[in-house]
Amino acid sequence: MIETKQLIFTYPAEEGREPSPALRGVDLQIEKGSFVVVLGHNGSGKSTLAKHFNAVLLPSGGAVYVDGMDTRDELVTLEIRRRVGMVFQNPDNQIVANVVEEDVAFAPENLGVPTAEIRRRVDDALAAVGMGEFPTHAPHLLSGGQKQRIAIAGVIAMEPETIVLDEATAMLDPVGRRDVLAAVHKLNQERGITVVLITHHMAEAVDADRVVVMNRGEIVMDGAPAEIFSRVEELHALGLCSPDTVELLYGLNRGGMDLPLTAISVEDCADAIAVALGKME
Amino acid sequence: MLKDITLGQYFPGDTPIHRLDPRTKLLCLILFIVALFCARWLVTYGLVAAALIACIVISGVSFRALTKGLKTVYIIVAFTAVMNLFFTPGTPIADVAILRHATWEGARTACFMMARIVMLIMGSFLLTYTTSPIALTNALDKLLGPLKKLHFPVHELTLMMSLALRFIPTLIEETDKIMSAQKARGADFESGNILRRAKALVPILVPLFVSAFRRADELATAMESRCYHGGEGRTALHVLRYRTADYIALALFVLLTAAVIVLRRFGL
Repeated sequence: MIETKQLIFTYPAEEGREPSPALRGVDLQIEKGSFVVVLGHNGSGKSTLAKHFNAVLLPSGGAVYVDGMDTRDELVTLEIRRRVGMVFQNPDNQIVANVVEEDVAFAPENLGVPTAEIRRRVDDALAAVGMGEFPTHAPHLLSGGQKQRIAIAGVIAMEPETIVLDEATAMLDPVGRRDVLAAVHKLNQERGITVVLITHHMAEAVDADRVVVMNRGEIVMDGAPAEIFSRVEELHALGLCSPDTVELLYGLNRGGMDLPLTAISVEDCADAIAVALGKME
Repeated sequence: MLKDITLGQYFPGDTPIHRLDPRTKLLCLILFIVALFCARWLVTYGLVAAALIACIVISGVSFRALTKGLKTVYIIVAFTAVMNLFFTPGTPIADVAILRHATWEGARTACFMMARIVMLIMGSFLLTYTTSPIALTNALDKLLGPLKKLHFPVHELTLMMSLALRFIPTLIEETDKIMSAQKARGADFESGNILRRAKALVPILVPLFVSAFRRADELATAMESRCYHGGEGRTALHVLRYRTADYIALALFVLLTAAVIVLRRFGL
């Protein structure tokens, strides 16, 4: 479980400039095994928040606890990073080796895991993300989505309890994004790994357990996807929008219909509209 | 044009040479170079050349690939040959014009010198063609291991090497992209004299360096996130192990070097 208490963080400001905090008192608890999506537009502090979860950034004020361990305690930094794996935006800048399996083995090698166990973990991690056929490929010849799944496998090999994806789908094409999300959902459901997905694609939040919306370094909304996305006007005021399905329903409602805004999935949305049309006839 | 870079190129294969431990290959190359520099006259050069040709045949690397790698050094070879030809004291070849400065002894040294450089480069290329870069850095890490006692940063050095090799294709791709972007805005890289063309490279190098630094920063964060904390207590996915073939190969090359050193005393 990850817990932040009145977390404040300020990036070092340039000479003569007034520093403005990127996070202003964030209180958040992420339950074990849950799938949490953090939304917000650029500069809302969502990536800064993510980097606190594995002690890459340390709080300027307040505290972050991972399974009760304070991230400021240097003695437990490695254990925190093992428990909370992080996948970043650009797949090219996080792959360290020029053979896929060597890259996946990087983290367990750092942790001093015995050779036979590394072998087992590498094969297991590659299979878990559906990349089992590519152990000896050169990463630069793979597609973006494949590279990003290798990066996820590299994190899985640490056997973490949580995976944080910091805009990991932002640079991918639709197919790559779909594959990466499918892999992450599978890990969440089959292995009970907690997932924190940082994104600005609303559609990725549809299947989550919980959606957290950030604005100017603060949490402004927090709840189940259906509940959050039905607050369409509030989202618009923050410069965000709901998934296309909800936006459609919202638009139809403004045109005089009376549809539930909680029908997020395409099927639910279609059903809701069909029912409403049936009533009209 | 950037696709032609052969540095660190590797042709995967499954020949006895490919299967040798990378440390063995590195040590054999060193022995080969020692033998090559001790060689003196036809017999010793012949021995070394025979060893090289045997290795090339076993490795299955095409002769074409090896000579392609030589292209870049033809100028150096030619320069050394000419220098040797004219600056070795001895009997002049003929008493006409410029040939008065060229000597028979010089011609002999020039021939051997050319053979030496060509074989040196072919031998080194054979190593990189048959050994993956990562295996090579692993081998270096192990062979230089004793230097760690003298606080020489062996692990850091080999890590830098493997990261550099890993980022060559990424940076080449990036350079191509930047060049296309500059060309789209009317930059001209193909015409003008050397000075002008060199100047035209500045708008490519600046963004390339900026992005390389940004990449390095992100890479460092990603490595830390995956629990990287220096070479202390690291284990490895592939553990290097000497097999019988390695001992045989090493013995053969030791024999070769010893034979060359002995034969050279007899002036052969």
